[in-house]
Amino acid sequence: MERIVNKIQALIFKHKNTITFISGTLILVAYASSFLFKNDELFTFALIIASMLGVLPIALQAIQALKVKVISIDVLVTVAVIAAFLIQEYQESAIVTFLFLFGSFLEAKTLNTTRKAIQSLLSLAPLTALRIKDDQSFEEVSVDEIELNDLCLVKTGSNIPVDGIVISGSGVVNEASISGESMPVSKTSGDWVYAGTILDNGTLTIQTQRVGEDTTFGKIIELVEEAQDSKTTTQRFIDRFSRIYTPLVLLLSFLVWLLTQDIETAIIILVLGCPGALVIGVPVSAVAGIGNGAQHGVLFKGSEVVQTLSQVDTVVFDKTGTLTQGQPEVIEDYTYDDDEQLLQSLIVSIERESNHPLAQALINHMKDAAVLPVHSMEVIQGEGLVAQVNDITVIIGNMACMTRFNVNFTPSQQQTLEHLQSQGSSIVLVAINQQLKAMFGLQDPLRPHVKEDLIQLRRSGIKSLILLSGDHEQSVQRVAQELGLDEAHASMLPQDKSTYIQHLQNQGKKIAFVGDGINDSPSLALADIGIAMGSGTDVAIETSDVVLMKSDFKHLVHAIGLSKAMMSNMTQNIVIAIGVVLFLLANVFLSEWMNMSIGMLVHELSILVVIVNGMRLLNYQKGVKS
Amino acid sequence: MKKAVLQLETLVCPSCSMKIEGALKSITGIDKESISVLFNASKVKLSFDETQVNVDAMKAAINKVGFEVLKMQVKE
Repeated sequence: MERIVNKIQALIFKHKNTITFISGTLILVAYASSFLFKNDELFTFALIIASMLGVLPIALQAIQALKVKVISIDVLVTVAVIAAFLIQEYQESAIVTFLFLFGSFLEAKTLNTTRKAIQSLLSLAPLTALRIKDDQSFEEVSVDEIELNDLCLVKTGSNIPVDGIVISGSGVVNEASISGESMPVSKTSGDWVYAGTILDNGTLTIQTQRVGEDTTFGKIIELVEEAQDSKTTTQRFIDRFSRIYTPLVLLLSFLVWLLTQDIETAIIILVLGCPGALVIGVPVSAVAGIGNGAQHGVLFKGSEVVQTLSQVDTVVFDKTGTLTQGQPEVIEDYTYDDDEQLLQSLIVSIERESNHPLAQALINHMKDAAVLPVHSMEVIQGEGLVAQVNDITVIIGNMACMTRFNVNFTPSQQQTLEHLQSQGSSIVLVAINQQLKAMFGLQDPLRPHVKEDLIQLRRSGIKSLILLSGDHEQSVQRVAQELGLDEAHASMLPQDKSTYIQHLQNQGKKIAFVGDGINDSPSLALADIGIAMGSGTDVAIETSDVVLMKSDFKHLVHAIGLSKAMMSNMTQNIVIAIGVVLFLLANVFLSEWMNMSIGMLVHELSILVVIVNGMRLLNYQKGVKS
Repeated sequence: MKKAVLQLETLVCPSCSMKIEGALKSITGIDKESISVLFNASKVKLSFDETQVNVDAMKAAINKVGFEVLKMQVKE
């Protein structure tokens, strides 16, 4: 018996759309026969059938809800329709059921559009892989069957099935699903490739390192899925509210009926009280907004994070390297020797032996210099080095190093030195035989467009930009001045940074801490929002609240702008939903024209309005417009 | 305790989640606190005691309130 019931039930749900269509057609037939042929019997008959057919799926849903002790919207509508039917208001019962069914059909359609952002990501998930067998032939298998260290073949145009290392072949890979950046990256032996990225060109053999949910792509998908369904405090409140709200509407309508003996008013209240737009409004904004972020390389850990980020007024950068390219360049050079070629050769040959960060910059600066054998080299910690090349003793280092070896400076050299110092450059000095032979000013250039992006940040409501750096004063001040930062503090240890963040929070500031997500975890945890910038590494995903897949400040601008857009979108939807219910309820008592059908129509329209309003977030583009 | 992830047909109404949660809560062996119905992803995640209940029972309970289960995954 139960099995038959279940079967009928399944059949009705499966053909819900057909039922909606038939019920709509019957209503049209009813009105046509009434107006064209003045046939009132057919009119009533068609409406009765439409009502009975239409209420079936709604009533079944209501019963299921009641079974698990939930008074859902279906329950309200079912009671209202049955009551209308019993008092022979067939027009009302038919139209209300049809509108409710048609409304949920449209709801499902539009909801799918709001989920499109994540679905287009999901569709990149690899399903099959070409596994290479011991005899070098390959077979197509489901990705679930691939195990650690299995070799996979990837051909042009196909998805990379697993995270792994390229062992042979080469190709160009589109990593947009991981980095949010559409510029293809070339890969050869030894490079790491990610599942869910696409091989645009070439053939690769890769050795599997991680599969399925353990891949970076799998983690991103899980993060986004969880985030879309996570709830803000407001939303949790709405959920709790609607749980007691629907029974209250039922009670209210019952009371109205008891007091006024007016069934019609009682059932109008049932229909008008449906909280449809309220329960769907906020989740729709969340799903569309978080989906938009995922498509643009911005991952939010949840709706709560979005809410907090939208309130941030202070952005703290964790080190100079977040704002600069991290690779110093020679910006000015001065030489004081007749044989410049030899001088360059000497410097380059010695710097090639050094692993000091500035050494590479000097080598890059003098690419064409010939390399000579270095006979001996002695490093003076924190100052520089002394080396022997072709019986020439060369000293390379900072001012302290020159003082140690009593190197002489002419007055004009002294002036140049002061000029370089005033610029905030790092300075490298070269001396031979106690005579200064060369002077280099080096700077770590700013990342491209940082300045414009920071201006954008200020426009979107960020009041102060602060740099906490472990670097020395001069280079920090240079960056701060060039970018117009509000505060910049140099020579800070990780614990100084967290103390400072606490100090800012005590002043009532809401702080976003931007870093690479690997170091400075105490500060990352302490700040109201931790933003990891750079890559979707596991550590970054673990420790931060927002992950920016690329080290590009336009993504930060996008993240903050999007969070604000999402919050105002949610507020709009709540206002629309509550406004509509209040408006309708007021009109039950204040106007003549209110009836069940109009109430249901306005309700379904308001649901569509909030969904469409939420969908606008899918197109939010600020900051990442190319 | 094991963890289960059930992929459902596309969910379209938020009250669906309440129904599904209600249906699963009544099964003994499922950790009630762990049940989370992901409305947008149309997934259910939960922890359960494998000596008391299996995923087929969960599938049956979800079917009974009118939703199809497309895929089931159990993790340690």
